[in-house]
Amino acid sequence: MATDDLRPARMVQAMRLGDDSLILGQRLSAWCGHAPTLEIDLALANIALDLVGQATLLLGYAGELEGAGRNADRLAFHRDVRDFRNCLLVEQPNGDFARTIARQFLFSAWQLPLFQALARSPDPRMAEIAAKAVKEVGYHVEFAGDWVVRLGDGTEDSRRRMAEGLAWCWRTTGELFAADGMQRTLATAGEAPDPAPIRAAWDARVDAVLSDAGLDRPAGTDAVRGGRDGLHGEHLGHLLAEMQVLPRTHPDATW
Amino acid sequence: MPDRSEFPLWEVFVRTRGGLSHRHVGSLHAADAAMAVQAARDVYTRRMEGVSLWVVPSAAITASDPGDAAQLFDPAADKVYRHPTFYTVPDNIRHI
Repeated sequence: MATDDLRPARMVQAMRLGDDSLILGQRLSAWCGHAPTLEIDLALANIALDLVGQATLLLGYAGELEGAGRNADRLAFHRDVRDFRNCLLVEQPNGDFARTIARQFLFSAWQLPLFQALARSPDPRMAEIAAKAVKEVGYHVEFAGDWVVRLGDGTEDSRRRMAEGLAWCWRTTGELFAADGMQRTLATAGEAPDPAPIRAAWDARVDAVLSDAGLDRPAGTDAVRGGRDGLHGEHLGHLLAEMQVLPRTHPDATW
Repeated sequence: MPDRSEFPLWEVFVRTRGGLSHRHVGSLHAADAAMAVQAARDVYTRRMEGVSLWVVPSAAITASDPGDAAQLFDPAADKVYRHPTFYTVPDNIRHI
């Protein structure tokens, strides 16, 4: 298939992944100044900045592919909630520290094998962006995984909170591995990985960490989805309102 | 009983470039060595300050007693001949 025919699918992929990183980066940044310790405060802020950096590159690329003159800022700050394509997992409210860690671990454990595969994409721009992100995400998954183990294998209270955080986030994890038309178009061209090996890598990482933590896989459903089609939960609108108010009120502001 | 309400303190050392020695940059709280290395990375190397980290439990450091400073350090004050610049090397000695 000619590159031009792949353009719409490439755009959707870049926008989905960019929105994932943007929304989770915004969520994490709400911890700044509120984390349990100064060291964790800086660690979460560092991860947030990694994610916002990924979002800048991915949404910038999505805007170029779209060809309508929208840059990364335009896409981040001047779209409404139904136009966002992030997975539901990243928009979940922070909750307590354990739920934030659960969300980070389940997401990063998916993002790592995905970006490792995308780093080999024949689409050179996506390959470049993914290769840069792999180093960041490798640390995120290690950081979050370590905390899952510490909390799961910690006190009675920390164990209960960790199990609750995992159960809360688990509901939306199936969406990460869903395949649709866009995904299949790019997979046929070798520009998106088949979900099956990504799922296998995620399963292996999740099971290993849960086993170290002495926790079981949450028993409930993992099938809540809709984010990839713009059908979001009630919480995303509030996040966007806070994130977008300044550039929308002062569209030409610079700093 | 040790105080369990706060993580123990660790001293952090950063090697800024290959070939240089690790230098003390500060301290942080962490539950164990692995967490201390992660926290040191996040707290002390976020502006590309280093290529290697050491963490040491602060409790493992034995410090000199400030009360002994006079007897420990003052006697060195009048031993200027311990500095290589004290000696004048004659011009015709070439391999020193």
